[in-house]
Order: sequence, then structure tokens, then C-alpha cells
Amino acid sequence: MTAPALEVAHLSKRFGGLPATKDVSLSVSPGERRLIIGPNGAGKTTLFNLITGDLSADAGSVRLFGQELIGMPTQRRVHLGLARTYQILTLFPRERLVHNVVLALLGLDRRRWNPWSILTASRDLYANARAFLEQVGLGDAAERIVAETSYGERRRLELAMALAQRPKLLLLDEPLAGLSQAERQTVRALLDAIPREVTIVMIEHDMDTALGFAERITVLHYGEVIVEGTRAEVVADPRTREVYLGD
Amino acid sequence: MQWQFWIIQTLNSVAFGGLLFLLSSGFSLIFGLMRIPNLAHGAFFMLGAYFGFTLLQLKLQFWLAALAGGLGVGLIGIVMERFVLRRLAGNEQGQVLVTLGISFIIADICLLVWTGDPMPLSAPQALRPPLRFAGFAFPTYRLVVLAIALAAALALYLLMERTRLGAMIRAGVDDTEMARGVGIPVSRLFTTVFLLGATLAGVGGVLGGPILNAYPGLDTDMLPLALIVVILGGAGSLLGAFVGSFIVGFIYNFGIALVPDLAYFVLFLPMVLVLVFLPQGLFGRVQI
Amino acid sequence: MTPRAAAALAPCVLALAAVPWVIGNEFYVNMASQVLIYALFALSINMMLGYGGMVSLGHAAYLGIAGYACILATTAGYDQLTAAVFAVALSTTAAAFFGVLSLRAPGLGFIMITLALGQIVWGVAYRANDLTGGDNGIRHPARPMPFGFDISDAPSFYYFTLMVFFVALFFIWRFARSPFGASLKGARDQPRRMRMLGHNVWLVRWITFVMAGFWASVAGVLYVYYNLFLSPHAISLQQSAEILLMAILGGASTLSGPIVGAAIITLVKNVVSTYVERWNTLLGVIFVVVIVFMPYGLVPGCAQAWQRLRNRMKGRKEVSPAASEPAQ
Repeated sequence: MTAPALEVAHLSKRFGGLPATKDVSLSVSPGERRLIIGPNGAGKTTLFNLITGDLSADAGSVRLFGQELIGMPTQRRVHLGLARTYQILTLFPRERLVHNVVLALLGLDRRRWNPWSILTASRDLYANARAFLEQVGLGDAAERIVAETSYGERRRLELAMALAQRPKLLLLDEPLAGLSQAERQTVRALLDAIPREVTIVMIEHDMDTALGFAERITVLHYGEVIVEGTRAEVVADPRTREVYLGD
Repeated sequence: MQWQFWIIQTLNSVAFGGLLFLLSSGFSLIFGLMRIPNLAHGAFFMLGAYFGFTLLQLKLQFWLAALAGGLGVGLIGIVMERFVLRRLAGNEQGQVLVTLGISFIIADICLLVWTGDPMPLSAPQALRPPLRFAGFAFPTYRLVVLAIALAAALALYLLMERTRLGAMIRAGVDDTEMARGVGIPVSRLFTTVFLLGATLAGVGGVLGGPILNAYPGLDTDMLPLALIVVILGGAGSLLGAFVGSFIVGFIYNFGIALVPDLAYFVLFLPMVLVLVFLPQGLFGRVQI
Repeated sequence: MTPRAAAALAPCVLALAAVPWVIGNEFYVNMASQVLIYALFALSINMMLGYGGMVSLGHAAYLGIAGYACILATTAGYDQLTAAVFAVALSTTAAAFFGVLSLRAPGLGFIMITLALGQIVWGVAYRANDLTGGDNGIRHPARPMPFGFDISDAPSFYYFTLMVFFVALFFIWRFARSPFGASLKGARDQPRRMRMLGHNVWLVRWITFVMAGFWASVAGVLYVYYNLFLSPHAISLQQSAEILLMAILGGASTLSGPIVGAAIITLVKNVVSTYVERWNTLLGVIFVVVIVFMPYGLVPGCAQAWQRLRNRMKGRKEVSPAASEPAQ
């Protein structure tokens, strides 16, 4: 029996007096696709921030393939195989697309400490970065400046950067947000193409596109896990309806 | 003899702490509300001392001179806030550097007007003879300065905790955007706080005159002390400024009296300790 | 290096090497040495400011620590080379310690803490009479004789400084274009994202802080060799502010900006102070004007104007200024 890819246990976080995450526990098996849904303010992004270490948890534990992450700085968690995308685009807008991906590759490469060599002379990094851009259909846009690309292209760049990190566990925070119907299908296809070695936890509002993607679904409400189960179980559960339709 | 030394030094320390409070309470309020360390604050203090000197030369009564000198500096603070800092709204780094540039201009103008020689300010006639009690002599003027600083602290406390203005300032310190959202006139509040902070520094300068004299370099002597007070006490907190001022006053004063060569080095230690163990300062409301 | 960069650099190198021949006058050759020393200070502070977005107001501290250490070690009887190495090592160690304290708080706290630390170094220099001579300062016995060459006259000292400057410039140029430099610039623009990409943002900043301290210490030793004297005036807040202003005035986002800024400020300061004593007012005014009206500095400003002019001549539409603006 291998350890779960992600095991969150009794995780809690308060902002001032307000609980944002209340005793959340969930377990994601290796290779699984997990969807996290819940109304605005349910604490979905906060949960991601606690897993990545952007926020420090008040209590509880987060394990990645059995290894405890709590107390570890973000970059160490990343070196253990964690990657994420952001709901609010977090890119380097004045740089070329390829440079954005190179920064992602560099983060896990010992060469990042080299203050002496010329970065642009590292052909392998650039070739590798272009390959990841190719993978998300941005091969032709590699030399463009991020600020000059469309929103849809930037969404895909976010994904390319996360994929370039070759994560074991990938957290996707609303990867479809703000995209047109056609673009959603494109990104959905990209997500489907991610190999099963990568475990994926995704937050998404667009049920139509997202539901088919995940095996299991966790519903958060006011920072608590309300329902968890297979697609059919969650859809059928009255509490899901209550959360989404009730108030 | 030995007793006299300790008593006098203690008294000097608390009096100096009182002056530091007048300087750093305004600095801390401005920092808390506007998120900028006003690096012209030392220059405000020095300008206050020089204004005081000139007003006393003009035979103005001492307490009136302190008030007028303080308000004069306050006006300069308003001008600076309205016409320079406001142009850089949102660019906090630029604002900080501009306050530094202005402090150089003020310092140089002081040098031009009042020359490079130290200008002594004399304490009010009535307060010059020392107070004798139980065989010891106490410097009366310093006791009065301390009393004024304590009164100012109380007044500021009441202002912050009991008045509408204070409530608005507190709301602004905690969250400027939120304050703007609930209809607090943040822009006018910035000007008011700048006026208040600059005036306090100016009054501090005049009151400090008879103890420190007005001299070129007074600004850069005082500014780091204000910074250390705020780092120690925590930004945006009146209590932090109060406690920090007296801690720094004691350390600095006893440092100069006991190990004059290393007085600055002694100051360094508590600052390091607080930075390492209490990044928000003792009573900080705002992360610096 | 691209052929184009080499073509642009070669005339600059030749022009700098020819300075003593062209101007001959000892006073101006000395001024040129001064410009180089300040340019090195400005380049070093710009490693933090331009690439890392960290505004230090305590950079003169390294001039002070390295300078006093160099003088004291030489006076104590050590040979010049040992003294210089000791001075730079001590000052860089201080930078390592100051870096830990300053980087506790990013942003405005960083400015305040570097300023306080710089003033503490100044205060110690000012008060520790036995060691530093207090307000009167102390003399350095003589310039060194690197590899047996005498550098006591103006032109040979200029060449000595120029060589050190070129070495430093080369390293800083490589630094700016290196993977580490890319990581630093990334940390300036999106620290959170950089952590999520696996970069240790704190350590990157701290290493930069130490490197900047190292080059400032080298400049500090040169400063002492040039003046053969050091007093607390040389390490005041005003000095730190001048160094910072040089980098901002020239353009912190560029390599050449700090050099241009250092040249302008040093020349203006020298010219102005021969006529009037009011250098500080002018310094303050330049500070305010540059920050309010020219936040990105001369070099990017001129480059942008030039680009616009070229585009207009070619009839193309303007490049958006946003594309070349450095982040705050």
C-alpha cells in the first residue's frame, strides 16, 4: 500500500477571528483527479495556499506521498514535487513567454545559483521551455512578451509553467476561469493529456467541463468539507444541492 | 556623589525619552497611516529647534515660541504632503526617497540661514535654577519637558481613543482601503496626520533646544533614533512609540555617559534583538 | 558577447583608457578616478536596487567598515595587500550580518533598517575616537604598490582604478545576465510565484545583498587609496543617498545607468562646490526632481526617446512605454 499522493488531516486556519479552513481532512490517491468545488468564500484557494505554504496553518498536517509538509518553506515543498497554477494570473508580464517557462525550469535546476554564466546561452533550458510551450499550443508565441498576449494564452502559459516543473502533485486553481467556450475545450483537452503519473487536484466553477474530468469530488462550504465521494454520489447528495441552491 | 550621578542620568534619560516621544509618535502615526517612513522627520525636529532659537531672539515668550515653532514646522509638513508626496500617490518607494531629498534641502537651508555654529536656546528664566530636594539638585527644565511629553502622550491617547478623528485614524492604520470604502476622507486624514506629526516634531525641536542646542547634524542625529524607536516599539502604535522612546532614551543617554565611544553600538543591540525575535516590534500594529 | 555589443564596448574602453592623455590636467584625471570609484559604488548598490528592487540607504556603511579596517590594518603594520583583503573580508562579513537583519522586513522596513544600520556605523566611527580619530578622521599611510608599480601619481592611479573597475564591471555584467540574476529579477517582480517555482527568494536576496556589500567594500578600499584619508563625513547618510541617487538618476534597470549617474553627480558636485557651498540643496532638488519626473532614470528615458524618434522616422507606431518600465 503506497502512501496517498496528498493527505490533509485536521487542517485549520483562522484570519483574525474568522475561520477560513475548519478541520479539513482529505486524501487523494496517486494518479487521481480530484475536483474541489464550493461557493465563493468556501476556502478553496485558502486550502491550496495552506498546501503550498503561502499561508501557514494554525493546526493540522499536510502530507505529500507520506512526507509532512507543514513547517517547510514553499520552495522545499516544490522541490518535493508540488506545483500549482493561480486563479489570478501570476506571471512575469514584461518578459517573453519562453523566459517565464525558463524561470520555472530554473527553479528546480542547480544552475539557478550560478551568478556567472549567461542564461540565454543555456540552449537546453530554452529548448526544453519551448517544448513545454509547444505542448500547450504556444510554440509560435514563445518569443512574444506576456503583456502582449491574450488572456487565454496567459492561462495556458500558467499551465505550461506548472507542467515544466514536472510535478507529482499539481494543484490547478480555476484553470478555466475567464475563458471562452472554445478555449475551455482546448484547455480541457490539455488537462486530459496530462499523464497519470501526475496527481491533480483542481478547483473549478465550471461544472460542465470539470465534472467529467474528476473521479472524486470534494465539496467545501465555509471552510469545511461537506460532502465527498464519486461524481454520482456528490451530485445526488442533498447537502450539495443545499449548498448550491439552498442559500 | 555617586547617587547624584545616577539620579541625574536617569532624569536626563527620561527627559530625552520624552523628547524622543514627541519626535517618534508623529513618525509612527505617519508610518502607520501612510505606510511611509518620513525621512524628513529629523529635519523637522531640527527646524523646530532653529525656529525656536529665532523666535526667542525676537523676545517671544518661551512657550509661545514652542507653539509657534511647532506650527511653523507643521505648515511645512502640510506643504510637503500636499504638493510633493501627493504627486507620488501609490509609489511608496518614491515617496520615501523624496522625503529624504527634502530633508537634505531643509538641512542645507538651515545651514545657510543659521550658519554652522551651534545655536543655544535658553530655557525659561523661571526654570533655570535647579530644584533642590533631599540634598539633591534636579534640573528643573528637564522635569518640565518630561511633564509636557507625558501630557502630550495622554492627549494623543485621548485623541486616538476617544474622538472621531482618532477612530478614523485607527481605521486607516488598520486598513486604508477599507477606511476609504466606508467613507472616511482618507486624503484629508493624511494631511491632518502629517500636520500633527510635523507639529509634534517641531515642538519637540523647540523644547529640546535648551538641552541639545540647535546645530547642523541634529537632524541626522535624531532620525535614526526615531527609526530605532519605531523598530523597537512597532509601527503605528502610540504605546509602542511611548515605550520605545523611553527605552532608547535610557540606552542612549547611559551609553553616552558610561561608554561614550560605543553609545551607538549599544543602541544596536536591542534593535537587533527585536528584529530577530519580534519582527513586528513590541506593540506593532503594522508589519514594517 | 554579441559582435554588436563588442563593437559598442570597444570604443568605450578605448575612450576610458585614453582619458589621461586627452585631458592631461591632473585635477581632471583625479576627477575621472573619482567617477570610476563612485560608479563602482553605484553599480554595487544597483545589484540590489535595479535587479532586486531593494532600496538600501546604508550602503556607505561598507565604505566605512572596509575603509577604516584597511587604514587600521595598514597602520598596525600589515602589508597593503593583507590589509586590503582583511578590510574587504571584514566588511563583506558585516554585509552578511546586516543582510540577515535588513531582510527580516521586505519593502519599506528594509529602507528603515538599512538606514538605521548605516547610521549606527557612522555613529560608531564618529564616537570611537581612539580607533577612528572621531570627527577628525584618520590618514592612510600611502598608496600600495601593486606588483611593484607606483600608483602615487594621478594617471597611474587612474589606470589602477580603471582595471579594478573593469574587473568589477565584467562580474556585475555577467551577474545581471546570469541564471542567478534572472532568479533575482523574478523575485523582484513576483516573489510568491518564484517560491512556487522552487526558488529560495530570501536566500537569493541575501546573496545579492552580500555581493553588493563585497563590491562596495572594494570601492571603499579604492576610496581610501584615492583620498589617503577617511572621516565620518564620507560615510554619512548623505553619502548613502548620493550613491543611491546615482543609480536612480542614470536608470536602475540598466547596467550603464549607474555609471552615467555616477559621472553626472560627481561632476556636478565638483563643479558646483568650487563655486558655492550649497551642494546639499542641489542634491536634494535633483533627488526630488528625478523621483517625481524621471522615475526610470536617464538611460532608459533617453533610450525610449530615441526609440520613439526612430519609429516616427520609420513611420511605425510608438512602442508602449510600459514595456520598458521597471517594476517598483
